[in-house]
Parts: sequence; structure tokens; C-alpha cells
Amino acid sequence: MDIYAKNILDHYQRPRNFGPLSGVVGHHELNHSCGDDITVYLKTEAGKIKQLSFEGHGCSISMATTSILSEALVGREIAEVLKLDLSDIQKILGIDISLRREKCALIGLRAIQGAVKESILEISKSTH
Amino acid sequence: MIDIRPDFPMLNRKYQGQDLVYFDNAASALKPQAVLDAVLDYYQNHSSNVHRGPNFLSEEATVLYENARRTVADFIGASPEETIFTSGATMSLNLVARSWGEANLRAGDVIALSRAEHHANLVPWLQLKDKLNLKLVYIEVARDGSLILDNILETPNLKLLAITQASNVLGSFYDLKDLLQAARQRGIITVVDAAQSIAHCPINVKDLGCDFLAFSGHKLLAETGIGVLYGRRELLEKMPPFFGGGAMIAEVTEDSFIPAELPAKFEAGTPNISGAISLGVACAYLTKLGYDNIIKKETELSAYFLKRLKELDFVTLLGNQTERLPLFSLAFTGMHPHDVADLLGEVGIITRAGHHCAQPLHDSLGISATLRASLSFYNTTSEIDKFIEALKKIQLLFKS
Repeated sequence: MDIYAKNILDHYQRPRNFGPLSGVVGHHELNHSCGDDITVYLKTEAGKIKQLSFEGHGCSISMATTSILSEALVGREIAEVLKLDLSDIQKILGIDISLRREKCALIGLRAIQGAVKESILEISKSTH
Repeated sequence: MIDIRPDFPMLNRKYQGQDLVYFDNAASALKPQAVLDAVLDYYQNHSSNVHRGPNFLSEEATVLYENARRTVADFIGASPEETIFTSGATMSLNLVARSWGEANLRAGDVIALSRAEHHANLVPWLQLKDKLNLKLVYIEVARDGSLILDNILETPNLKLLAITQASNVLGSFYDLKDLLQAARQRGIITVVDAAQSIAHCPINVKDLGCDFLAFSGHKLLAETGIGVLYGRRELLEKMPPFFGGGAMIAEVTEDSFIPAELPAKFEAGTPNISGAISLGVACAYLTKLGYDNIIKKETELSAYFLKRLKELDFVTLLGNQTERLPLFSLAFTGMHPHDVADLLGEVGIITRAGHHCAQPLHDSLGISATLRASLSFYNTTSEIDKFIEALKKIQLLFKS
């Protein structure tokens, strides 16, 4: 039952930073096998994450992980965020993720990294 | 019915000291000891290739393999020549699409499917649609799980109807006899996906009146990697071989070949010998047990499941046809099916969550995923009790 630790349940039932950010195009990520569906909205400033929000639906692991990341990653260097992987997620969540739930734990990170990459492209477009 | 639970060694499996409750039979059924013994016997005493060496060992293997075919053919009321061993229902359906489909369908022709199809009876037709420029039409499924036929057979240029005999999501069983008969009168070729239904109801292909029928062994108490394509002899005879290789040829020259007779024509390469043997034994086991006994037991289990399910106000059952398999897809208020399936697993209860390879059906019902509990005749009412009580506990956890 440890994967349903209080913190996870709390974030699942009361997701933080839930909803779109005005003026930001969301990055959409879908987990086809289980139907998890997450859109991440991101604002960056001087190479750092300034603001992060998300919306969508999915299981407790996918939703809570994204909610926790939406708080934990604000202020972090975007280059650093792009390097995060499952082991970092485990540390941030503080629980073990079983093989069968890896996809759930990673979908939020994939969406955030996708949004970061898109924002880099946007920045390079606007500066050229 | 005699106690058949001792026949299934997996039912002795424990998980963290708890008894296994196996409610994932629609994904794959457990195997009786007789099937496991037959597989071991082949590998320990008769291990050899079939239809090859002029020696006693190869002959023993060939006899086992062909006897298995005869048993399986009898099981579905077909002749052995019309009973092709494949790797499973998926390959069987792909074989029809690629061999019969490519040889007989032309641009503008129409294929009818139901909205309840498993991806295995959908994607091969989508592939063919793109390749040959065909059109697909769908038989819609009502919320109770029944088919809305809407004169589908009157669709202009309709050449093929590919349809499941039971929904792997809604649990509804479809009595296809009238539909198949009407299709035959109109010269429409019919393909029945019996992967879900065959473990729960007896099938006689001649009585059913289909042109092709596909199923997998592993849902029918046999090994994985074996399945069957039944095809009406006159259709199979005219169809080109699907795979080329050994065993499927009568003669090969530098620039041509003559295919072998049925059923070898569609069985290129060394077949899944142990799989076929296991399927023969599984069919013999089910015949001995008797479908009347199986249906009686599963009807009781379904009635009990539905009765206990009514206690749970946070659960919605998908489809409620009375003619059904002991298969139940559930949606929950306030809980995601993946979480529920994971937590059920922690108390030894095996179910499945997701869209069960039927994404268009889930889309049409407006649901992204469900939890599926699929039972078999070896399950018990006390296992249903455990399942219901476990759901209640999980819901409390999420309510907190």
C-alpha cells in the first residue's frame, strides 16, 4: 500500500497548479495503453522554469507525480530538467515505483520535458 | 459439477501468503494439469519435428500433432482439413485479411465490423482498407451492449462481415446465427472472432454458418502461441498461401512452387507442436467436463457477481445484456481503474485495467479505461466475496 502513501493521495485528490496558463500553448502527452492524458503548460525565464501547470486525467500515480513535479521543478534550470529520469522521480516521490507503474510515473515528466523542448524551439525562433 | 479446482495447479499459487484469485480469464485462462502433462510428455518422450523424418520419433510427434488437429476439428464441428493451426486468433484474422482479402477485395468494396471488435479484428482490416482503398462500416453497440444492426447487410458493395461473438469489454454474447445466415444469402463472406466466446459456449461452425472462425488456445486452457483458423474448404482451397516456406509446398522448382494440400498449405515452417498438442488436450478436457456444466456454473457465478456488485454505489457496470459471459468491466467514481487493479493485485486478486484492446468501443462509450474482472468455471462465489470486500476497502482508502 506504500504507493498510495498519503502524499500521493493528497496530490491526486487535490492536484496543485491544475488548469491552463493563459497565453501558453500546452504540450500534450498520452499514455495509450491506460488512457492517461496530460497537458502541461510552461513559462520559462532566463533558462529556468518560471511557472508550471497541467490538466488532464489519469491514475493516482500519473496525476500525483505531475502535481508534485509542478511544484518541485519551479526555479530549476531547464537543461537540468531535461536530464531527469525515473530514478529522479523515485527520489522526488519518495516511494518505490514498480515496473508495471513506470509509465504512469513518467508521463508527467515526459510532458514537462516536451513542453521545455517546445519552449526552447520557440525562444530560438523568436531570436532568429 | 465435481470439484475441478484441483485440476488447476496455478490455483495453489500464493502471493504474500494470500490465495490467488484469478479474475483475468478473458486475457488468458489457467491451464489444467492434463494440458501441462501433455506438453511435458511431448518434450520428454516424443520431442521431434513433424511431417519430416522417416523414423519412429518423428512419426510419434506427427501422430500427436495430427490427432490434436482432429480433436480440435471435432470440437468445433469442422473437418481436419479446414482446421488450420496458427499462432493465435490475431494471426488467424490477419491470415484471412491478407490471403482472402487481398485476393478477393477491390477498391470501393466495403467491410462491416462491429464497434465491439477487439483490435485483432479491427487493425488487420484497417491495414487492408489503406492498402486496397476499401471502406469500413460499423455495426453500432447500444449502451446495454446489444448490436444495432440497422440493415447493415444492405450496404452497397458490402463484401465481408467480420464480427465478434462476444464483447471482451461489455461481456455481451452475440447470437450471430441469423445475421450470418442473412449474410450468406447475400453472398457476403463472414469472419467470426470467437476468441472470447469459445471458452464459454459450444461452437459448431456448420451450425453457426460462418465462413471463417478464429480463436486462440491460451484463452481455452491451452498454451500461448497456438490458435486456430477455421475456413470453409472451398474458400481455403482458392486462397493463396499466406506465409511461404517448408511444409506448405508440394513441389518447388527454381522459379515456381506448387502449394501443398489443406491444411498444410497455410502452415509454413515447423509448427507449434506442443501448442497444438496442448490445445487438443484442452478441447478434450472441456468436452469431458461438458459445456452444459460450464454454462450452469458460470451462470451461477455471474448472477452472484451481479447481486453482490449492487452493494457498491461507487461502481458502474458497462453493458447489462442478460445473455452474457462471466465478464464484467467496471468504472469507478473517484478512483482510476489502474489504481484499483494494482491494489487488488496486492491482495492476490488478478484483474485487468485499461481499454482491453478495444479503444474505439471505449471512445464511443465516452470512457477512457475500465477494470475488467473475467471469471471462469473454476472460480467460486467466495472469490467473488473477496473481490467485493477488497473493492470496499480500496474505496475507503481513496475516500479518506
